[in-house]
Amino acid sequence: MPEVQRSEALGRVTARLGELFPPDALITDPVRLRTYECDGLTYHRATPGVVVLPESAEQVAAVVRLCDEHGVPFVARGSGTGLSGGALPRTDGVLIVTSRMRRVLEVDIPNRRVVAEPGVTNLAITEAVRDQGYYFAPDPSSQQICSIGGNVAENSGGAHCLKYGFTVNHVIAVELVTPDGEIVELSEQDPGFDLLGTFIGSEGTLGIATKITVRLSRAPEAVTTLLAAFDDIEGGGRAVSAIIAAGVVPAAIEMMDALAIEAAEAAVACHYPAGAGAVLVIELDGPAAEVARQFTTVERICRDAGAFELRVAASAQERTAIWKGRKSAFAAVGRISPAYIVQDGVVPRTALPGVLAGIDRLQEEFGIRVANVFHAGDGNLHPLVLFDDSVPGEGERAEAVSGRILDLCVEHGGSITGEHGAGVDKARFMPRMFSADDLDTMQLVRCAFDPKGLSNPGKIFPTPRLCGEVPGVRRGVHPLVESGLAEQF
Amino acid sequence: MSAPALPGLSGVTVRAAGHTDGLPGVPPRWVALPESVEEIAAVMRASAAHDLAVVPLGGGTKRRWGGPPSRCDVVIGTGRLDEIVEHTAGDLVVRAQAGVTTEALAAALAAEGQELALDVPVPGTTVGGLLATGIAGPRRFRYGTPRDLLIGVTVVLADGTIARSGGKVVKNVAGYDLGKLFTGSYGTLGVIADATFRLRPLPAARAWVTAGLGAPYPPDRLAALVTAVAAATQEPAAIELDWPGPDSGGTPSLAVLIEGAAADERARAVRDLIGDGALIADEPPAWWGRLPEPAGPAGGFLLEVRAAPARLPGAVLDLMAAAGRAGAGAAVRGSIAAGVLHVALYAASAGAGLERVAGLLNPLRSRIEVAHAGGLDGRVVVLTSPEAVPPAAAPDPWGRESTRRELLRRELTLRVKERFDPDHRMSPGRFAGGVR
Ligand SMILES: Cc1cc2nc3c(=O)[nH]c(=O)nc-3n(C[C@H](O)[C@H](O)[C@H](O)COP(=O)(O)OP(=O)(O)OC[C@H]3O[C@@H](n4cnc5c(N)ncnc54)[C@H](O)[C@@H]3O)c2cc1C
Ligand SMILES: Cc1cc2nc3c(=O)[nH]c(=O)nc-3n(C[C@H](O)[C@H](O)[C@H](O)COP(=O)(O)OP(=O)(O)OC[C@H]3O[C@@H](n4cnc5c(N)ncnc54)[C@H](O)[C@@H]3O)c2cc1C
Repeated sequence: MPEVQRSEALGRVTARLGELFPPDALITDPVRLRTYECDGLTYHRATPGVVVLPESAEQVAAVVRLCDEHGVPFVARGSGTGLSGGALPRTDGVLIVTSRMRRVLEVDIPNRRVVAEPGVTNLAITEAVRDQGYYFAPDPSSQQICSIGGNVAENSGGAHCLKYGFTVNHVIAVELVTPDGEIVELSEQDPGFDLLGTFIGSEGTLGIATKITVRLSRAPEAVTTLLAAFDDIEGGGRAVSAIIAAGVVPAAIEMMDALAIEAAEAAVACHYPAGAGAVLVIELDGPAAEVARQFTTVERICRDAGAFELRVAASAQERTAIWKGRKSAFAAVGRISPAYIVQDGVVPRTALPGVLAGIDRLQEEFGIRVANVFHAGDGNLHPLVLFDDSVPGEGERAEAVSGRILDLCVEHGGSITGEHGAGVDKARFMPRMFSADDLDTMQLVRCAFDPKGLSNPGKIFPTPRLCGEVPGVRRGVHPLVESGLAEQF
Repeated sequence: MSAPALPGLSGVTVRAAGHTDGLPGVPPRWVALPESVEEIAAVMRASAAHDLAVVPLGGGTKRRWGGPPSRCDVVIGTGRLDEIVEHTAGDLVVRAQAGVTTEALAAALAAEGQELALDVPVPGTTVGGLLATGIAGPRRFRYGTPRDLLIGVTVVLADGTIARSGGKVVKNVAGYDLGKLFTGSYGTLGVIADATFRLRPLPAARAWVTAGLGAPYPPDRLAALVTAVAAATQEPAAIELDWPGPDSGGTPSLAVLIEGAAADERARAVRDLIGDGALIADEPPAWWGRLPEPAGPAGGFLLEVRAAPARLPGAVLDLMAAAGRAGAGAAVRGSIAAGVLHVALYAASAGAGLERVAGLLNPLRSRIEVAHAGGLDGRVVVLTSPEAVPPAAAPDPWGRESTRRELLRRELTLRVKERFDPDHRMSPGRFAGGVR
């Protein structure tokens, strides 16, 4: 069996881990290490130096303290479904996997909250409270597998974030292990800087979440799901604008173009209306009386915008059938293309027509097909850039198209990522959206939390900021007790 | 002061500070009135070069919140940063400079049938001040607080660096969220130059369901009532409690806001749920969205009390009882279902001095802030202390100072502060969140 080459520092950390953890909680075998070499973005790969599977915050803290002591980088990993290479391990570092931290610690219905360990899946939280009429609102399509810790790190959204917002809007508190190994709790109750909100979405670069308190939402009284078929994308776009202008905020408005529909049909036979150049999936939820009125408005708008067929789900089963095509879209393009890149850009809703036209031009210019699936309500595009990796040069052209799509988004005042994060994949695109001063200022936060740059290094920022000397950080002691506090108050 | 030249600065309006510009603690020397983000940066650079302490000020309605500045050379007034930079109705997004008042913003948005789903507070409140204090009104229950509606921000740091984060799209996870970091920063990290918010369509209709609860009202019953209304599938936008002090009758009432399509029908359902003489109105009660005010000439303390919602009523009742025993008054108001209440504590009778009122704080804190043994694991922040209490004798505004958990949080906050403002020139003495 080949030996893993470990740096001296990592070797020392690994030896110490061997003393602290039982053998089944530590992975050093090269073959098993490779299970963790990538996340959902499979073209970035690296074999982790060592993998550890802690069961408690104290254990996570112990690992992190060791890393801090020996200057060894560490990366947190939840379920590994991330799509930006955020959980890409370090060959010279430790991968801390939360898959053994899967307990729902507390369900508190009167206060509408659940306390969970970071490895608990997104869906498991909802399942713990569904019987009582509650759910956890952020619903990434990966919700059956992705972890709440990963959701917090990525500030994940889902189809329903148009009305309900993202993870950050539904988290009450996070306990985390700081990059120097302290266990801290950040809560929405805290006065002063919103450190909780700053931590959420920091992609594992400010520490490791070990306990998460989420706010539950009440299951809506009524849900109406509607499928509207249009001749073309423009018709669908008109309907979306008119719905928003009419003052209706649906729970979700999703759009798919002809190519995406074709793929979904091939994969899951969703039986969307034949001949549709675009479909909209619109979901209204809330009080029955409100939903009924909004439905009348939305139906009229769709017809006015040229919808040639409207289907309304009359049962939960029919709702699932409508969503099936949309939810399978990413995987489905595998049926019509040997390889593809999932892109994740955002544009202001009013810029959608211009950006879609731009994507059309790119398809022609590069001879590359793009299937469009998007959260139309909030302008979050998931263009699927299709290519054949056996054709020389096609992968590169697909990469180029993918990058140019992000340029289009930024030119139109949008963002290079709406929900998948920058990770390792988009770090190099950050300067297209932000100035050097913007990025340096963001990294002041990094320097405050992680002056040594050990927590998930190489992610988000194209060039790390040197933190310089470390003011205010005094390991072990808590100076506020002796000097600071006494002086201040 | 006659020649108010701020050293090393030209082209920006600067005047000598007068007595009306005063902050508690210290008189400033200059008032700078920049008109653009570049001008803010110029003021900051000049201040940095001469080691001058800077305090940003919006409407000035909350200059007494947070600790009193220990040093202030330059006040940066945002009054001339009053432009709504961009409002694309079709995107439900607005970008406004920091000095835009919430009433001006609301008027401009209403013209397009839209709103920022924050309740417009006292007149003169600016966008920057709103964010810097992080305060929110009744509809926080449904839409969250300013940080939940903020999607982009431009800030200027102590050394004059201009930095942006977020953008003008509602969905965006690129980079760290500096907007959140600056929310609640009380001018101690830098100056907020402009902010971009997500908007909502103005609701088609609004209805308030109000119910007088009658005293004595058992806390368990109140908790159960609030839980039931919060769980109503009618999607209440706000659930507010008002519990005036004994001198104003002392009987609690609850008000619930229903807004959007079919508001009337939904309000009737909520009224039936509450029962007992609940009424529907198309106007809010007079106290709606206002902070409670200390009665009596000596003023009082304004507290923000936070805890899990179902645990709050018991604490409120205990507080009322303790206040009564001490001859003090307590007026309580706020978003009970969101777990946030404001409390005015004041001397209700001539015999009860402010010292006795202040004496209520520690027991209240130990009841609410303790995480174990009957504690609520909550938080009590003292937003303002009465002017008669000298700063040195005023209670720690931020609470929970002695727990290890709080010390660690403060240390993290302190580290952020050190990185953004290593020379301690941004609002020194405010100690947002408990650090210098
Ligand atoms: C088919 C599919 C559909 C998807 N749909 C959506 C969608 O609709 N919306 C959406 O937003 N995303 C979506 N995603 C992306 C992905 O599922 C989310 O980003 C998810 O939150 C990642 O969770 P995870 O547990 O898999 O995290 P991982 O991939 O393991 O890690 C993601 C990042 O989080 C960090 N991290 C993990 N755990 C912790 C922790 N405890 N503390 C600190 N940092 C941590 C990692 O270091 C890494 O940077 C989809 C992915 C797939 C494969
Ligand atoms: C629903 C609601 C109800 C309210 N009810 C009341 C009430 O009944 N009575 C009452 O007195 N108040 C009330 N308020 C509070 C008041 O409106 C706020 O405190 C307001 O946020 C202060 O705004 P300002 O512009 O006056 O800030 P200022 O008083 O000018 O400043 C407040 C703090 O913010 C800092 N700051 C200001 N601008 C900036 C900037 N651009 N960048 C960085 N820091 C800055 C200042 O340094 C200072 O520390 C209410 C608020 C809400 C949301």
